Amino acid sequence: MQLESKVPAGSIEEKWDNHRFDVRLVNPANKRKYEIIVVGTGLAGASAAATLAQLGYNVNVFTYHDSARRAHSIAAQGGINAAKNYQNDGDSIYRLFYDTVKGGDYRSREANVYRLAQVSVEIIDQATAQGVPFAREYGGLLDNRSFGGAQVSRTFYARGQTGQQLLLGAYQALEQQVHRGPVQLHTRAEMLDLVVHDGRAVGIIARDLVTGEITRHSAHAVVLATGGYSNVFFLSTNAKASNASAIWRAHRRGALFANPCFTQIHPTCIPPSDEFQSKLTLMSESLRNDGRIWVPQEAGERRPANDIPAAERDYFLERRYPAFGNLVPRDVASRTAKKVVDQNRGVGPLENGVYLDFHDAIARLGRDTIEARYGNLFEIYERITDEDPYRVPMRIYPAPHYTMGGLWVDYNLESTIPGLYVIGEANFSDHGANRLGASALMQGLADGYFVLPYTIGDYLADYLSTDPVGTDEPAFADTEAEVRTQIDRLLSVKGTRTVDWFHRELGKLVWDFCGMERSAEGLEQAMSEIPSLKEEFWKDVRILGSNESLNQSLEKAGRVADYFDLAELMCRDALHRDESCGAHFRVEYQSGEGEAMRRDDDYSYVAAWEYTGDAADPRLHREELDFEYVQLAQRSYK
Amino acid sequence: MRITLEVWRQDNSAAPGAFKTYDVPDITPDMSFLEMLDIVNDRLVESGEEPIAFEHDCREGICGSCGLMINGQAHGPQLGTATCQLHMRKFRDGDHIVVEPWRARAFPVLRDLVVDRSPLDRIIEAGGYITVPTGSAPDANLIPVPRDVAETAMDAAACIGCGACIAACPNSAAQLFTAAKLAHLNLLPQGQPERWDRTVAMVEEMEQWFGACTNHGECEAACPKSISIDFIAMMNADYVKALRYNRRKAGQHA
Repeated sequence: MQLESKVPAGSIEEKWDNHRFDVRLVNPANKRKYEIIVVGTGLAGASAAATLAQLGYNVNVFTYHDSARRAHSIAAQGGINAAKNYQNDGDSIYRLFYDTVKGGDYRSREANVYRLAQVSVEIIDQATAQGVPFAREYGGLLDNRSFGGAQVSRTFYARGQTGQQLLLGAYQALEQQVHRGPVQLHTRAEMLDLVVHDGRAVGIIARDLVTGEITRHSAHAVVLATGGYSNVFFLSTNAKASNASAIWRAHRRGALFANPCFTQIHPTCIPPSDEFQSKLTLMSESLRNDGRIWVPQEAGERRPANDIPAAERDYFLERRYPAFGNLVPRDVASRTAKKVVDQNRGVGPLENGVYLDFHDAIARLGRDTIEARYGNLFEIYERITDEDPYRVPMRIYPAPHYTMGGLWVDYNLESTIPGLYVIGEANFSDHGANRLGASALMQGLADGYFVLPYTIGDYLADYLSTDPVGTDEPAFADTEAEVRTQIDRLLSVKGTRTVDWFHRELGKLVWDFCGMERSAEGLEQAMSEIPSLKEEFWKDVRILGSNESLNQSLEKAGRVADYFDLAELMCRDALHRDESCGAHFRVEYQSGEGEAMRRDDDYSYVAAWEYTGDAADPRLHREELDFEYVQLAQRSYK
Repeated sequence: MRITLEVWRQDNSAAPGAFKTYDVPDITPDMSFLEMLDIVNDRLVESGEEPIAFEHDCREGICGSCGLMINGQAHGPQLGTATCQLHMRKFRDGDHIVVEPWRARAFPVLRDLVVDRSPLDRIIEAGGYITVPTGSAPDANLIPVPRDVAETAMDAAACIGCGACIAACPNSAAQLFTAAKLAHLNLLPQGQPERWDRTVAMVEEMEQWFGACTNHGECEAACPKSISIDFIAMMNADYVKALRYNRRKAGQHA
């Protein structure tokens, strides 16, 4: 298989314009003859479905939630980047493009990133017109803040609820199309497999989560907008139901999976308080603008934070990175925190965190200012920990948060299965090996509002006046039979351990060996342990009840079953990538000072894995990355 | 801690339901309420009983999936807090805790503590949006919005659509939910062109499903985002104006 990125010709500024002119259009009167399936209603899915319906297509939308508004995009706090340069501080499309490629440690496709920066400005216009209540200056114009180490203020925000407000904008646009008619919204319906006929994606098999009914749905094209796979770690900041099954099952049907080992660990989350912890809560990294991060100098220090004198504290980020201090990128901040905790200098009852201290900021700016900036975050923290961060330093620790890896797509966002498009976090995306803060919302909406609705037309044009493949075709029957077999198999194990037990065990393995730091030895160990855990799962998992009812254990079991193979592929990818880059840190590849060392000559490519039927033997395909505009350099934040 | 749970169990919307009592030893004050339920469920599965179905997702108070009546209070005893953010430290060792699904005729029980809240989506579909075909928006700074207007709109837009206001209301009225969305959109300059049609459409859709408002104020007290009932007054005023405005408009076109 030859991977063709289909990047258009021309200078980087002209590529998207040229492409929009070159792709074939579907005549407005013909659009209503097409059926499109969109799976997922987060920012990418809702914005794509609404836009496709506005254009005139018929869209069937699937979500496992009770309402399209619940997708996990809703939990994004900090903001959304756009190269508006409203602050007149030197931002431009080119600078956002450059920062994103550099922040991703030079493992993304230049042309895609440039397009992302181009359409970023339109997203803000679109969202504002929809009524997204972005923060404003006293003159009534939009406010911006700097975010995650960017040197310009290009982040738009709606208090600490930017994701919520952007999602509600897209959800409302979607519901309007439901009301008008072109969108059929299937709630509480989970996609369980992709149907491929003659090498093309032609539909999906879905399960009604209330009745257990399994149904077939066909369309001219299928769009997956099903998010990332951080929940493979069990403990992550993702919502409990977020899962990889849609993309994993598409992978098993032939879609290549790119860069699975690129998983981002967010530095500022609340550390777990006990072994029953069900998920981790993120604290927006805007907190690092004013909070100072420290641990005690001495290992085993037991005094309360406020009793430790300044001279016995180690402000380790400020010490190691004087230029960027507490604002170093996410991967650097996370790894350094792990280092000090591993030195037994962790704080809190389980000694599993570092302090994020606002004492100096409150002394300098006053409590009112801090409250205005971070009040809602302090409140969330207080609810969870029962500690008052105005008086006692917060405790934070890194946690899995976002996955840059995902299904491989070309410039048109089409996967290696013709007719299967993948958008938002579910694709391998524009973020390379590391995503910058406030860029996830930007990418989800760019794909959904402004990219996919253009590019999908070029594929559909070939199928004018053809009906979607009938659901009575063998491809549908066979796929449905496989889905039913898997469900029956899960229910018939009748073992002794809960689904969550297996998920927790798997999560620990992946976190220990394929988390913030990876080594060849550790990865090999994980790859030997994961298959045996999987085997045990299929022998000993206990799922009560039947398929024909609302059965949350059965839902979870199907998702966890897919995580075993995905986890193994993550480890394999991490092992094969003999370099450190972005979020992927291999202990063997670091400088004397412990900084990540890339190996551009050997690894400047996208690793796209093909499923061969045997989880232990996937086939690697490479998409070489050419950098015409951005100069490769070793990142330095000293 | 050791508590006693009395939980509503119901197999499906057609089956009769009943309370079931569970003795729950060995839990800690640092657990969230939902983590306590996770543990109860693990123990139930081990003993061969099907786990309690309940809705939850983000577990950080923003997705609006979770929602339980805890001792008769929507989302439990802590003000301004969704069930997922409630922690066991708010209860005492030995407490007897009654857990029910949202109670409202418009929200039929699907299983145990899971209810169907889709009428809320119907209200949004009726008019809870500003029509902006993708790509047709002007530059964002062409529409200045006074800061306090944007802030008030954001106060209303903070609604997470959990349905607690309805569950807490003795009439099962959805005024706070509907008013919050109307205020969000009707306050902003972008929302003006559709303001009157939106108001009538959403209010009338709401009345198809839910009871009438008699100013108890339970909704505001139960709201995990503490959304103010002042927005209901704003909605009522807009509704009256909308009826007059729409009549005049009709007359002009007649």
